[in-house]
Amino acid sequence: MNIGDVLFGVMGFVALASALLVAASNNLVRSLFMFFVTLFAIAGLYVFALADFVAVTQIVIYVGGVLVLMLFAFMLSGKETLNNLKQSNSRFISLGKVPAVLVALLFLIVLANAILKVQPDSLPWIKASAQSNNIIKPTDNMVNNIGINLMTRYLLPFEVVSVLLMMTLIGAAHLARKEEHKL
Amino acid sequence: MITLSNFLLIGAGLFCIGIYMVLSKRNAIQVLIGIELIINSAILNLVAFGRYDKVNNAGQSFALFAIVLAAAAVAVALAIILNVYRQYKTINPAEVESLKG
Repeated sequence: MNIGDVLFGVMGFVALASALLVAASNNLVRSLFMFFVTLFAIAGLYVFALADFVAVTQIVIYVGGVLVLMLFAFMLSGKETLNNLKQSNSRFISLGKVPAVLVALLFLIVLANAILKVQPDSLPWIKASAQSNNIIKPTDNMVNNIGINLMTRYLLPFEVVSVLLMMTLIGAAHLARKEEHKL
Repeated sequence: MITLSNFLLIGAGLFCIGIYMVLSKRNAIQVLIGIELIINSAILNLVAFGRYDKVNNAGQSFALFAIVLAAAAVAVALAIILNVYRQYKTINPAEVESLKG
């Protein structure tokens, strides 16, 4: 058990525990800031999967973009929303939440069972790629390869996602515009 | 030794927490956070499997696409939530009863 495994365990524990705190807290601002911690921990997990470029993208887009957007939308929407949120004095497990807890637990049991039964490290294609030396090593520099693949093999999805991003941003700006007369 | 099933189990846990938030929260922004947790667990699985694909980088490339799609979805969903608040003066999904305000 070396220090990498310990760090991985700590990172996974922080991700799961802060996600549970996000789910448990009724205060929206506290929930948003715990989500911040969750996103950072997940970025750390990406580093352990040797995907450092995805980890940096996660921090830039999620933490820098999405979370700030959520905070802005929340802060700009006025004090009434804040008061509105504090009224909901519901505990973590109340009667109305039993179905949600049940569904989540059943999903967890099914997924964990499937993962433990399949034994993903002994899947045929993973063994084949391990034998043909197709595994990313910690010393490899993958950023060049990702850039080349994005511009050759995945060019069509790249262009489609860029057009879709522009469309959604224009649509969001149109939707969020203040209008005098309501539709 | 960090195995693939460690990543998949953490992803399963995040997915279930996201499912719980989507189903039980009474605040549209918290429902949105639940959806983001679900997308993040999917990206974690993509990245974990992407380690075994050095030449094509399929897992990491599609993880990048998924992150961009999630950002776009958040922008649109927040605009819709602001509009719903303007119409109904609440963002509790249970109290929004008609499509046309």
